[in-house]
Amino acid sequence: MLKRIERPRELSGIPMGKASFPSPFVSGLEYASPARGTWNIVHTGMLIPEAHQIFVCAASCLRGVVLTAAELGMAHRFSTVEVRENNLLDGDMEELVIEGVGDIIEKLPKRPPVVLVYTSCVHHFAGCDLDMIYGQLRQRFPDIDFADCYMNPIMRKSGLTPDQLMRSRLYMPLKPRPIRRGSAAIIGHDLPLDADSDLILLLKENGLKIHEITACKTYEDYQEMAESEFYISRYPSAVAGGDMLAERLGGTHVYVPFSFDYDEIQQGLTRLAQIMGIPAPDFSGKREACDSALQETLALIGDTPIAIDYTYCPRPLGLAKLLLDAGFNVDRVYLDTITGEEKQAFEYLKEKHPDLQLFPTVHAAMRFHGAREQTNYLAIGQKAAHFTNTNHFVNVVEGGGMLGYQAIFKTLELMREAFREEKDMRRQIQIKGMGCGGCV
Amino acid sequence: MKQTSRIISTYSADVFGVCSALFELGGMTVMHDASGCNSTYTTHDEPRWYDMDSMVYISGLSEMEAIMGDDEKLIGDICAAAEELHPKFIAVAGTPIPAMTGFDFQAVAELIQLRTGIPAFGFATTGMNTYVHGASMALEAVARRFADRDAVKTAEPSANILGLTPLDFSVNGSDISIVRFLEESGYRVLSRWAMGSSLEELARAGSAHVNLVVSSTGLGAAKALRELFGTPYVVGVPMGDEFSALIRGALQTAAATGENQFPACCLHGGDTVIIGEGVTSLSLASALELSTGRSVRVICPTETDEVLLREKDAKLQFEEEILEALSTARQVIADPLFKPICPGGVRFVELPTESFSGRIYREEIPDLVSDFQKFVSEVL
Repeated sequence: MLKRIERPRELSGIPMGKASFPSPFVSGLEYASPARGTWNIVHTGMLIPEAHQIFVCAASCLRGVVLTAAELGMAHRFSTVEVRENNLLDGDMEELVIEGVGDIIEKLPKRPPVVLVYTSCVHHFAGCDLDMIYGQLRQRFPDIDFADCYMNPIMRKSGLTPDQLMRSRLYMPLKPRPIRRGSAAIIGHDLPLDADSDLILLLKENGLKIHEITACKTYEDYQEMAESEFYISRYPSAVAGGDMLAERLGGTHVYVPFSFDYDEIQQGLTRLAQIMGIPAPDFSGKREACDSALQETLALIGDTPIAIDYTYCPRPLGLAKLLLDAGFNVDRVYLDTITGEEKQAFEYLKEKHPDLQLFPTVHAAMRFHGAREQTNYLAIGQKAAHFTNTNHFVNVVEGGGMLGYQAIFKTLELMREAFREEKDMRRQIQIKGMGCGGCV
Repeated sequence: MKQTSRIISTYSADVFGVCSALFELGGMTVMHDASGCNSTYTTHDEPRWYDMDSMVYISGLSEMEAIMGDDEKLIGDICAAAEELHPKFIAVAGTPIPAMTGFDFQAVAELIQLRTGIPAFGFATTGMNTYVHGASMALEAVARRFADRDAVKTAEPSANILGLTPLDFSVNGSDISIVRFLEESGYRVLSRWAMGSSLEELARAGSAHVNLVVSSTGLGAAKALRELFGTPYVVGVPMGDEFSALIRGALQTAAATGENQFPACCLHGGDTVIIGEGVTSLSLASALELSTGRSVRVICPTETDEVLLREKDAKLQFEEEILEALSTARQVIADPLFKPICPGGVRFVELPTESFSGRIYREEIPDLVSDFQKFVSEVL
């Protein structure tokens, strides 16, 4: 019944040597690959225990978020107010939000301690008085904390991106409380940090009390994060929110970047230790152990072609650099833009590995780029797996729970596993919000 | 009405209806949107996305482009992509922000057509209506633009199927079952709008003697083909022996008289309630009434032609009013995502549809054309 239509000419990649920073590709119409593992604002909002989410948008915008919640089996924590054409014409957008949100709250079987109200692009364009809206809601429901959240992708090129905004709004309900010395909150990413990540080991070895939103079971657990002396982020789009949080609650925000570069890993963790007033971690033998793990993995994988994409972690070029320098056959990286954090890796690869191919993920011609037949690529990331059509892939998004040297060890371990074992790529990459508990 | 849904889902929107209707025709459909619409459509509303290389894109509209009225960015991007990908046609469909800024879809489509030489459509969808509105608009536009005006009626009885999209029929073989019904009824099927047929096959639709409209998404095209070729249409999905016989008779009557036919059964009362798209739900209601003697009423939350609804049926959009209408029901047949508002003690029969729950229950969506009796056994 289903048939492919005739394909146009396949898109070629751009050799690293000819790529420009930060946008190697001309922007234009955008394609959406079937890889869906990265989180969206609904997944992230669900991290606040007992929170209820209310989206106020047009049907086309509601469709994706309402089904995200349904696929998570969390429809009971999710409601909508639908903006219709008459609301645009009548200028009653503020009233619609206030009355709609109020109506939903009154109908909920149990009063939630916190409600995340998401307004959208149309509110921004209509010049809605959002301060008045939230003021009225807080007055009407003094027992509920309201967080102003946003689904306004039209603003993605103006100021904070929706992703940055969501990672900041996630902590807005935290209320100031006395700071507890020796406590730290790890903030701004969706998945729990691995127990053996360098950061968790450092904090535990020095007896710090660790708060992490992914470990909170109740809203009170969540509120306890506000006692933190330190707020630690490791994801680039969490930095803005971390700064805001520390300024509002009085702690200190430290950004420890996710990296595959030995020097940067050590600098990040050493700087954190200095700020926290604890001994710097002992890095002795780590570089040698990483080198050894790289060679062990290379011996297994050999010259198998490797493809990496940006959904795997915030440093796809950094990972390519690490692997290429160790002798792996990384032949392509899928990304649409290059972040400022990757500029050094970009310049390095441009000079040392000019034949590495860069491919976009959203360019219109990528619709026809996916390999028809299965290939023997080892893919690192879901989009790379889809485009190279391989079942041998590392299925991780957003850097998983990795940080520090452990990110290198774990990546290599997952590569070995992916080389040896096949996964059901088609099924696994289409699950939304990997690690959030989706049922589809 | 506060336009709220405490817990139920949202029907697929008009802009996705346009994409779904045009998906298999070899064109390029562009949603003029900032971000999000493409992943929503391709994840939840388009089961063919992984297997068919259809060209569906978003424009990536930004705040500054919207404020400054920079339509040239969109036009240039579309022309560049078209030059590379050679679509058979280009369609541009709207979302909320273009609706707010008064984007002129018709004018932009004309400009694109002028520059590329490729037929182009502009669909002023707003993202604020259901998929029925968008899909109907798109199929009607295809009829008006591509149907061969010189088409000659076939010598043998023939028909087109109008209003076939996965949003109402999934990809479970329902489309093939409808074809089989028509063929067994003596009709050659010239085209299926728009699953399983090419644009060229659709262009020959004027040669058919009668059209079968199987969802409200086909009504726009049915009216256009009636206007262009005088082809009468019959509204209904062949489910169950009795209702299928009614449709068979209606097809013969329509072809013989040239009059449109709306076969439907209507028993008094109705403590069984079906919630769903108009034509498919009315067909199921009629089929159930005829085969079981049980009275069934329909709640239609999507756009539909008012003349199709019977006195006891209702068009209701929001959770609050649907909830109220269910208060007297003894049994509800609806998508599982309606279950949370089904009153306690009322029997709920799950009938998933992609248009409401997307891909969640895809494997459980029945082909009611071929498996009606099995479904009846669950209802009874």
